[in-house]
Amino acid sequence: MATLNEQGTKANSGEGTLEFRNVVKEYRVRGAHKKLRAVNDVSFTLEPGKTIALVGESGSGKSTIAKTILQLERPTSGDVLIDGKSVPRRGRALKRYRKDVQMVFQDPFASLNPFHSIGHHLERPIRLHKAVGADQTVDERIAELLTRVNLEPVEEIAGRRPHELSGGQRQRVAIARALAPGSRFLIADEPVSMLDVSIRLGVLNLLARLQREENLGVLYITHDLATARHFSDEIMVMYRGDVVERGPSDEVILNPQHDYTKRLLAAAPDPDRLGQMRDEVRRAL
Amino acid sequence: MPDLLTHAPDPVDPGEAADAREDERHIKRHVNGKFLIGAAVLTFMILFAIFGPMIAQFDPRISGDNPVLAPPDSTYWMGTTSLGHDVFSQMATGARTSLLIGVIAGLIAVTLSILFGVVAGYVGGVTDEVLTLIIGVMLVIPGLPLTIVISSAVPGRSGLLVAVILGITGWAGAAVVLRSQAQSLRNRDYVAASRIAGENPFRVIGVEVLPNLLPLLTGQFLFGVIFAILGEAGLSYLGLGPTGSISWGTILNDANSGYALQSGAWWWFLPPGIAVALVGMSLALINFAVDEVINPKLRSAPLEARRLRKAKAEKKAIAKADKQAAKDEKKAEAQA
Repeated sequence: MATLNEQGTKANSGEGTLEFRNVVKEYRVRGAHKKLRAVNDVSFTLEPGKTIALVGESGSGKSTIAKTILQLERPTSGDVLIDGKSVPRRGRALKRYRKDVQMVFQDPFASLNPFHSIGHHLERPIRLHKAVGADQTVDERIAELLTRVNLEPVEEIAGRRPHELSGGQRQRVAIARALAPGSRFLIADEPVSMLDVSIRLGVLNLLARLQREENLGVLYITHDLATARHFSDEIMVMYRGDVVERGPSDEVILNPQHDYTKRLLAAAPDPDRLGQMRDEVRRAL
Repeated sequence: MPDLLTHAPDPVDPGEAADAREDERHIKRHVNGKFLIGAAVLTFMILFAIFGPMIAQFDPRISGDNPVLAPPDSTYWMGTTSLGHDVFSQMATGARTSLLIGVIAGLIAVTLSILFGVVAGYVGGVTDEVLTLIIGVMLVIPGLPLTIVISSAVPGRSGLLVAVILGITGWAGAAVVLRSQAQSLRNRDYVAASRIAGENPFRVIGVEVLPNLLPLLTGQFLFGVIFAILGEAGLSYLGLGPTGSISWGTILNDANSGYALQSGAWWWFLPPGIAVALVGMSLALINFAVDEVINPKLRSAPLEARRLRKAKAEKKAIAKADKQAAKDEKKAEAQA
């Protein structure tokens, strides 16, 4: 209730931001009379040009937050606000919101429709949101987007189907699609976890460059603390629906407070401890 | 093969490689064979339906001076009926009716199964509950009796009406399959992505979901056509088919009431029976080929079964040899 009262005062201060305010999401569990609280009273604010990393294990509520922001799920309580105003639920207003907030999915093999060409995937958001510059055709805009994500030759790539591209190329297409409407905020749900280790850095650097160029606000969802630190200004650690720790990236990584963060850090691979686990296992045997 | 006989059996590798190559070739031949035979028979039937009436020498409805129950000869290619109608002309005209009814009914069935199945699966919630209920009801109502009830309630049935009746009674099974497929497709990331892009639900279903159901829909359409052609033949045989028009089913019905079987006039009832069976077979073969393309597991299933048989036979042979060896050993021991 308190949030409702605050809304009036905060409405003016939220210009240019995407705010997630006191969001709770509960799922009914089939066959049981209790509810599963996937997200428990989470709040944060995405600002242009800033990156927030959301770190946590599987099932900690990361993806539910992404779905809620993108209006694929409705929060049980709480609010998502853009520019200080509540996000519209339907119709033309929701379409305007979609122009601002886009998403890059985890699995580049699932997020592109195998039936359609790369050109189609980029053309649709451009046409839907009329996101072409003055005296620019849709095809020119597609070419521009593909060039920006380093996919060349443009004509050849645009005519291809997703299965003719590699994982990294597909993920670049997905990024280009997310940028196509001219979005201001980007939700990146583990964008590199399904890619080969060798090309992860390339895709992440591409994301970082585009973010700088477009002044995007990015929510970077991951379970990899190393890239989270490399990539983001702020880290939020989630555990079973709660944000258990948050702060500037280096602060969280170098000086973890919560037990779960410490465990996460301990589990990350560390060149100094190479072979230690193997030795442990052998000793146990 | 002769190579294998003359050369001493090599160590495993080359033989197995050859085996695998043969398997591969076998798979290709297998698929092509089914499809080719099906397509050839179907093409023949379609050509017969198009050109048959043009080359037929007699009017299928007018007996004129024709002899009665004449066996096939150079004038009456498939003989005549007990009323003196030319069976070949009737078969040719009947082919048009039967195939047309089949295609129309198949289209109606596929459209309905998309409307109910895909929408139910994609939208979910209360819509799903209601549509699934309707699908369930249509599924458990036995098709032919319902068709009979509807047909007998409507006087003066045209071929189109019969096609509609067959279409609206034959879509439920396909809808169940489509619903579960749509439920799975709904949760794909690319569907979420197009929703996030701001596409409206109709476009998401039509452009993102439906194309991925296309192979399935092809199979269902073919099955729908088979069902309709057989259904039409069944209805006509019972005297509930399209009134006033000639189809393979009505020829069978006439043959039955004209005592064709009793008088030994095989040329009267065999051609329509065989034609219905051939069209059904050809569509089923094409359907199998399509199924194998969609589901590669089906393609390798016969191969796996053969491998299993082979392995079992080998095991048996080895066991036999072992037994024999043990016996010999015992014998030798006893002798010693």
